[in-house]
Amino acid sequence: MIPPAFDYVAPTTLAEAVAALREAGEDAKILAGGQSLIPVLRLRLAFPTVLVDLGRVDELRGVSEDAGTIVIGAMTRHSEVLEDPLIQQHAGLLVEATATVADPAVRHRGTFGGALAHADPAGDLAAVALALDAELVAEGPGGRRTIRASEFFVDYLETALSPDEILAAVRIPKLEGSWGYRYEKFSRVAQAWAIVGVAAAVRKEGGAIAEARIGLTNMGSTPVRATPVESALVGASDLAAVQAAAASAADGTSPPSDLSGQADYRAHLARVLTGRAVAAAAGMSS
Amino acid sequence: MRVRMKVDGVTYEDEVEPRTLLTHHLRDGLGRVGTPVGCDTSNCGSCTVLVDGDSVKSCSLLAVQADGAEVTTIQGLADGEWHPVQKAFQEHHGLQCGYCTPGMILAAVDLLKRNPDPSEDEVRHGLEGNLCRCTGYQNIVKSVLSAASEMRGQGPLPGSFQDAPDAAEPAIAGASS
Amino acid sequence: MTDQMDAGLVAGEIAEHPDALSKPYAGGELGRGRRRKEDAKLVTGQTNWTDNITLPGLLHMAVLRSPMAHARIVSVDVSAALEMPGVIAAYSGADLAEEQGALPCAWPVTADMVHPDHPPLAVDEVRYVGDGVAVVVARDRYTAADALEAVAVEYEQLPPVVDMEAAIAEGASLVHGDKGTNVCFRWPFASGDSYADTVAAAGDDAVVVKRRFRQQRLLPTAMEPRGVVVAPIAAADEYTVYSATQIPHILRVMLALVTGIGEHKIRVIAPDVGGGFGSKLNVYAEEVLALVVAKRLGRPIKWTESRSENYQATIHGRDQIQDIEIAATKDGTLLGLKVELLADMGAYLQLVTPGIPILGAFMFPAIYKMKAYDFHCTGVFTTKTPTDAYRGAGRPEATYAIERIMDELAVELGRDPLDLRKQNWIAHEEFPYDMVAGLTYDSGNYEAATEKAEQMFDLAGLRAEQKRRRDSKDPVQLGIGISTFTEMCGLAPSRVLGSLSYGAGGWEAAQIRMLPTGKVEVTSGATPHGQGHHTAWSQIVADALGVPFDDVEIITGDTDSSPKGMDTYGSRSLVVGGVAIHKATAKVLEKAKRIAAHLLEAAEDDIEFARGTFSVKGSPEAKKTIQEVALATFAAHNLPDGMEPSLDSDYVYDPENFSYPHGTHLCAVEIDTETGFTKIRRYVSVDDVGKVVNPVIVQGQVHGGIAQGIGQALYEDAVYDAEGNLTTGSLVDYLVPAAPDLPHFETGRTETPATSNPLGVKGVGEAGTIASTPAVMNAVHDALRPYGIRDIEMPATPERVWRALHGSSAGRDPSGTVGLLGASGPDTAGNAAGGAA
Repeated sequence: MIPPAFDYVAPTTLAEAVAALREAGEDAKILAGGQSLIPVLRLRLAFPTVLVDLGRVDELRGVSEDAGTIVIGAMTRHSEVLEDPLIQQHAGLLVEATATVADPAVRHRGTFGGALAHADPAGDLAAVALALDAELVAEGPGGRRTIRASEFFVDYLETALSPDEILAAVRIPKLEGSWGYRYEKFSRVAQAWAIVGVAAAVRKEGGAIAEARIGLTNMGSTPVRATPVESALVGASDLAAVQAAAASAADGTSPPSDLSGQADYRAHLARVLTGRAVAAAAGMSS
Repeated sequence: MRVRMKVDGVTYEDEVEPRTLLTHHLRDGLGRVGTPVGCDTSNCGSCTVLVDGDSVKSCSLLAVQADGAEVTTIQGLADGEWHPVQKAFQEHHGLQCGYCTPGMILAAVDLLKRNPDPSEDEVRHGLEGNLCRCTGYQNIVKSVLSAASEMRGQGPLPGSFQDAPDAAEPAIAGASS
Repeated sequence: MTDQMDAGLVAGEIAEHPDALSKPYAGGELGRGRRRKEDAKLVTGQTNWTDNITLPGLLHMAVLRSPMAHARIVSVDVSAALEMPGVIAAYSGADLAEEQGALPCAWPVTADMVHPDHPPLAVDEVRYVGDGVAVVVARDRYTAADALEAVAVEYEQLPPVVDMEAAIAEGASLVHGDKGTNVCFRWPFASGDSYADTVAAAGDDAVVVKRRFRQQRLLPTAMEPRGVVVAPIAAADEYTVYSATQIPHILRVMLALVTGIGEHKIRVIAPDVGGGFGSKLNVYAEEVLALVVAKRLGRPIKWTESRSENYQATIHGRDQIQDIEIAATKDGTLLGLKVELLADMGAYLQLVTPGIPILGAFMFPAIYKMKAYDFHCTGVFTTKTPTDAYRGAGRPEATYAIERIMDELAVELGRDPLDLRKQNWIAHEEFPYDMVAGLTYDSGNYEAATEKAEQMFDLAGLRAEQKRRRDSKDPVQLGIGISTFTEMCGLAPSRVLGSLSYGAGGWEAAQIRMLPTGKVEVTSGATPHGQGHHTAWSQIVADALGVPFDDVEIITGDTDSSPKGMDTYGSRSLVVGGVAIHKATAKVLEKAKRIAAHLLEAAEDDIEFARGTFSVKGSPEAKKTIQEVALATFAAHNLPDGMEPSLDSDYVYDPENFSYPHGTHLCAVEIDTETGFTKIRRYVSVDDVGKVVNPVIVQGQVHGGIAQGIGQALYEDAVYDAEGNLTTGSLVDYLVPAAPDLPHFETGRTETPATSNPLGVKGVGEAGTIASTPAVMNAVHDALRPYGIRDIEMPATPERVWRALHGSSAGRDPSGTVGLLGASGPDTAGNAAGGAA
């Protein structure tokens, strides 16, 4: 199918992009990698008047270090995330989850920032951003502001970005200490969206879990942080304790019921997959 | 808008609507119809091409996004002789109707660039964005493993087909494959 | 006169290519894994798909489709579309009502079948989401897509009819109000003894098992969506129709009948076609509309289907509810089978929609001996996309039901499922065998295929592992599934089709043209779309005529150059099409022998032919190659008196029987009982497709067939909501398996030649699909049997499996023996079957 007509601008700096977005008005859309947006346009599910393409804004691309934080430009492609040594070293959970996003060709064009700004709760990376306490840097006419991941995802396909703001970068604190991680994705076929996904990072001290971060994919209208599990895991030193903690993975969530799974099944999967993700992250095999 | 891109070694400069999909620019604009389209949702991978060397689904990219890029389609892959992946697809019966084949071959070329010695499982996952309805994938996987071997300088895997008419037994008769 | 002089006009050509007349035939063509002739263009992107075709002044047509399952069309206003720059024309159904005719159904299965009018564009009512309402024609595809948005349609909603059982209940809303019923036909078929009497006569010795199986709706998903291009010569009222179709010849006839344009004025070309699986075995609205619009405008028209349209407007497959009952004596001897089928036609009848379940009717008894068979099918209209042939067409459905219930019967009897099959199948020495549904199976060796499959599979080892996993209550349980099968293919003897009220014959036509240089052109009416026909047929011709494989050129898919044909479906292209070609070669040889005898001044009876050379018995040096004879025939200087100077020959072959490939497939699955996820651990198939022309192509067909069958078992499901919307309308939701989702298949063969055709071939296009669905599902059920689970609907999604595990009153202990066997008898069908084997 064929997209509806729109105007197109391709700024080369972030400042130009912000200006272009403001000028384009409320029916404009930001084009990042386009791997979600272009299919949506082809199906004529959206009719933007203008696309502001960030693909030529070089400053939005790349990965750097800022003290204890990794800064990932919003337009950094999934395939670049996968190969980046800084991310591999300090945010391995993101690498593992990114490797499950769609397929290699989509990962060559799709961007980290685009995936987060699209805020599809079935997307794999939002749960990771949440679990890793990422901060999202937004640039708008009023300047730059930083939004915590826990406040960024507002609702289904809705973020804390205002319409005239552009997601510029994502700051991920390096994990200090002895962390293990795992992204458990459950889908019916390799290419499909997650029915449920669990992003887990755990720090062990002396054989027991000292700290845990758990983000859940597709367990509500936004990605969800499984805080009850995180606290219950502290001190867990064996599989039974992990599984006991994982039993509360679905507490407080409102998972959707759709073609790929009813809510109660998702709740069940969240518990099972949380147990598996944490066990793998903590190096506890069954 | 004016876009300039090098497609299969030839530079083209054309006026396109911003909404023109790369795949339609290639097919309708440039007459490079070797790249087919199989879906609306970027799932099937039939339209895969290489953009600056990376596999991309040309139905999910605007032509204007590829302004300045170098695009390789199935029609530009052979350099005098067929690419080892093209050869392997024929040698191992990695295609039937052939509709997914251009995308499958280019996805495989990309895969082998990144991972010259993949396992069977890595090949299967490397091709997860390309659907085939005819082959059940087995001979595609075999084709890619064979091309990988050849590209590593270790020669292709034994072919499925028989050059000699009097081979003692058909390739699959009486045995598992 | 020398041979050189004979060469005449082509002497120069021969001088340049001295091997043209002397290439020896190497032999060994049949059974040889030849590289495919088809591949060169396909791997280099030089393929001629319908959407690749462009013509000067080509216009693009787009179809506006109904967003409602059922509605009355109040008005269609195309005026705003017509005002858009670049829009050439726009028509509603009413605008085209005079000329668009009605889409054909060629298989009125009963005399009183309800056959509703099927206009290509709806005029009064829309009856499924995707039903065409208007067409727009524009300079390019983008403008055409935009113009669709400008067409205003006012609908008055009518009640959707989604569920088959509700559709035939008292007081149901009607799909076709004027017909007074949603029942399309009722087709009773009883064969052999009466089922009821047979079961009653067995008394207490009868064990009866009943099940209800659902064949979910499937979306065929050929990778190339459909497309059509029509090039008119308006002044002459002549039309060339390019279509991504399996059936150019049938399409030509039907387009003529539908539009009133003379058949001789329509040329249909199927260019390269990217898969079909039955979905392109049809006459579609867009083919008629493109023709009608091209005629009106006098300009070439192209329509290209998007995948979203493909899922709404191209036929769907399967969609049956099967109530099946099997009876056996306590010692396991089958008594009979009773089948009550509901088959969803969708909103209209496409080309062979009603015939699909009827094809299946003959296959429920499968490879088994039994005395009684009762079958009854009700065809039902619903407000959904019409169903029609999808790979296997009726036979996968039947095979699924019988193979699943054989396992259920084995459980009921406390028997090993394979042993029960062995006890009841037709023994090798019993062929030819008149089976209970009236077919005569010409050949088969179920013992050999099964034995080989068992050897390849390591059944004993897997059973031991299964026991270990059950005993240790492993969260991952192992299941082992068996499916044997046979199918009727090589469609079909014309007189049989006639007796089933099919509207055409089942023959196939071939023509051999011997060129002066000894090259051979072959035409066939069967039309490839991925199978490798050109390669396999070249092997047959090379072998028969003794010419090099590369010297044979196959011409297909164009009603001008291969004018007669019945096209490609039902695994017929080798069994019927290949045999037609083979028989045409015999006629060529007959003529060539006469000429060779004349040239060699020998009696025809003294001429021998081997490996491309005619020689005189007893004088081995006196010989002529077939190429020399071809050249001599072309020159025609010295032929037998009164002989036509041509070796060219035609043959139209009408098969005397179906062919009956068979096989045994074994599947092992691992089920993660915590998530319900099923993973295929091992898959072994042994197929007997008779004589094999090209083993590599055969293996490829088996692979692809198995993959599609696994798709039905585990992944694919076309789901409609209560309003009649297809909720799996794209590849995002309709799950076609990709490479990581499928296992490595271990394929083997046995070879029991068909006795019903001279090549001994049986056909392979559908075999894998038929066997794999029940093999996988039997494995899934085997894994879950200890939990008291006896029926998981297809596809066996993780959620369904998980729900079955957790809803089971039998508890979750895999080592338990809940519901084990117990009572048997005619009334135990409803009991929970369990039992850890």
